[in-house]
Amino acid sequence: MPDALQLSWRQYRLERRMFWRNPSAAFFNFALPLLFLAGAGAIFSGNQQDLDKLVPSIAGMSVMSTTFTALAYNIVFLRERGVLKRIHGTPLPTISYFGGVAANAVTNTALQIAIIVVAGRVFFGIGWPQNWLELIVFVLAGVVSLAALGVAFAHVIPNFESTAAYVNAVFLPVVAVSFLAFDSSSAPGFIDTIADALPLKPLIEGLSGAMVTGSSLSSNLDGLAVIVLWGAFGIYLAVHGFTWEQSRT
Amino acid sequence: MSDTAPAIEVGALRKRYGEFEAVRGIDITVRRGEVFGLLGPNGAGKTTTVEILEGYRARTSGEVSVLGQDPARRSIELRRRIGIVLQSGGVYSHITPREALRHWASFYPHPRDVEEVLALAGLQEKADERSRRLSGGQLRRLDFALALVGDPELMFLDEPTTGFDPEARRAAWETIRSLRELGKTILLTTHYLDEAQALADRVAIVKDGRVLAIGPPQQLGVGAARYRVAFRDAEGTLRERQTDDPTTLLHELTGEALARGEQLQDLAVGRPSLEDVYLELTADA
Repeated sequence: MPDALQLSWRQYRLERRMFWRNPSAAFFNFALPLLFLAGAGAIFSGNQQDLDKLVPSIAGMSVMSTTFTALAYNIVFLRERGVLKRIHGTPLPTISYFGGVAANAVTNTALQIAIIVVAGRVFFGIGWPQNWLELIVFVLAGVVSLAALGVAFAHVIPNFESTAAYVNAVFLPVVAVSFLAFDSSSAPGFIDTIADALPLKPLIEGLSGAMVTGSSLSSNLDGLAVIVLWGAFGIYLAVHGFTWEQSRT
Repeated sequence: MSDTAPAIEVGALRKRYGEFEAVRGIDITVRRGEVFGLLGPNGAGKTTTVEILEGYRARTSGEVSVLGQDPARRSIELRRRIGIVLQSGGVYSHITPREALRHWASFYPHPRDVEEVLALAGLQEKADERSRRLSGGQLRRLDFALALVGDPELMFLDEPTTGFDPEARRAAWETIRSLRELGKTILLTTHYLDEAQALADRVAIVKDGRVLAIGPPQQLGVGAARYRVAFRDAEGTLRERQTDDPTTLLHELTGEALARGEQLQDLAVGRPSLEDVYLELTADA
C-alpha cells in the first residue's frame, strides 16, 4: 500500500530529475545569483562594509527567486498545460504532491545558499557563517513562507503569458524596498516601515546575522515572526485558493 | 457491492453555471464491461457530465453513483479504480513515457506492468523519448497509457480522437477495443457518429443537456424512424416516401408501375442510419 510519505519522496525525485533536465531552470537557479554576486562584488570590491551587506542581500533574494518566483511560474505553467488537472484525477494525495514540490524548492534553495556561503568565504572575505543554527532556521522559514506565497500568488495569475508581468510586479518592488531599507540607514521612514512588514528584509537581516555579524537568533525573533506570519497567510491562501484547472474564460 | 451492479448510475443530473444550465436532467446507467458512448454536438453537456462523474465538478442536483460511490467525495479509494483520459491533459515535458508510467504506477495498489502498458498503447519505440518530442498522436497514446497503468475497472475517455487524422483515429479505436477486451467498463464521449457506431455497445444521444435517445447504435437507427422507399417516377424525378409498412407500399408502387408497363428506376428501400437519427434528433426545430 503506497503511503503518502513514500509518494512524496517519489514526487520529489521526479521533480529533481525534471529540474536537472531543464537547462534554463538550472541556469536561473544557480548561475543568476552567482552573476549578481560577481557583478556587484566587482563594483564594491575592496569595501568590506558593502560586501557584508551585499552577500546576505543576494542570499535573501535567491531564496525568494527559487521559491516565490519559481513556484508561481511552475504552478501556472502546469495548470495551463493540464498537468495539474491530470494529477488531480489520480489517487496521488494532494499532500504528497505538494510535499514533493516543497522539498524540491528546499533543495534548490539549500544548494543556492551553499554556493553563496562558499563564494562569500572564498571571494568576499566574509568567512564561514557565524551561526549555523540561525542560518538553517531563517532559510527554512523563508523557504516555507515564500514557497507558500508563490503557490498562493499563482492563483491570481490568469495565464502563463502574463506570469512574468505579475511575478515581477511583486518581486522587483519587494527586492528594491528590502535592499534599500537593509542597506541604508538613511532610507526614508516609510520605506523602512514597508520593508519591515514584508518578509524579505527580515529574512535578509536574519541571514546577515547568521552569515556576517553573528548576532544571536534571539535578537532576530521579531523578524522571524514576520516571516512566519506571512507563511501562515501564504499557506492559508495556497490551500483555500488553489485551482487545479485553467479557467476557460 | 456485487459485480453485477451498474458501473455508473446517473439520475436527474443537473449542472448550472450561473445563468446557464449545461446539464438539464440526464439519466443514464452504464453496465459493467460495457462501452457506453455519450454522443452529441459540441456544447451538449457531455464533458460537464463526464467531469461530474470523474469528480472534477460538483453537480447542482441529481443522483450520481460511480462504482457504488459518490464521485463528489473524491475518495482516494474510488480514484484508484478509475482511469481518466481528459479532453486535453498535459504531461511533464522533460520526462519520458516510461518514466511517467513508472511514476503514475506508484500511485496505485495493483498497477499493470509498465512494459505491457507501453506495448498496449503502441509506445515501445518512443518509451525513452522526452515527452516534449512526441507527436500529438503519440501524446494521446500516452494519455491512454497513463489512464490504464493503474489497472482501473472503469475508464473515462473524453473525446479521445478529436483532432486526429484518419490513421491516428483507427489506431486509437484499436486501443479502445483492446481496453474492452481487457474487460474494462468504458464511458466515452464523442461528436463523431462513426466513432460511437464503431466502438459503443450503447449510445446516449445528448443535446442541450438532455438525453434525446438511448440504446445500441443499430437499434437506435432502426427504431426511431421509418423506412424510406426511393424511386424515380415516369418523369425521371427522384421521389421518396416514408412508411412503417414497406411491404404494402412496395406492393402498391410495383403494382402501379407494372400496370402502366413502366420500370421503377433506382428503387431503394432504406432503414435510417444512426446518422439520420442523430441529425433528426439534434436538428434545431
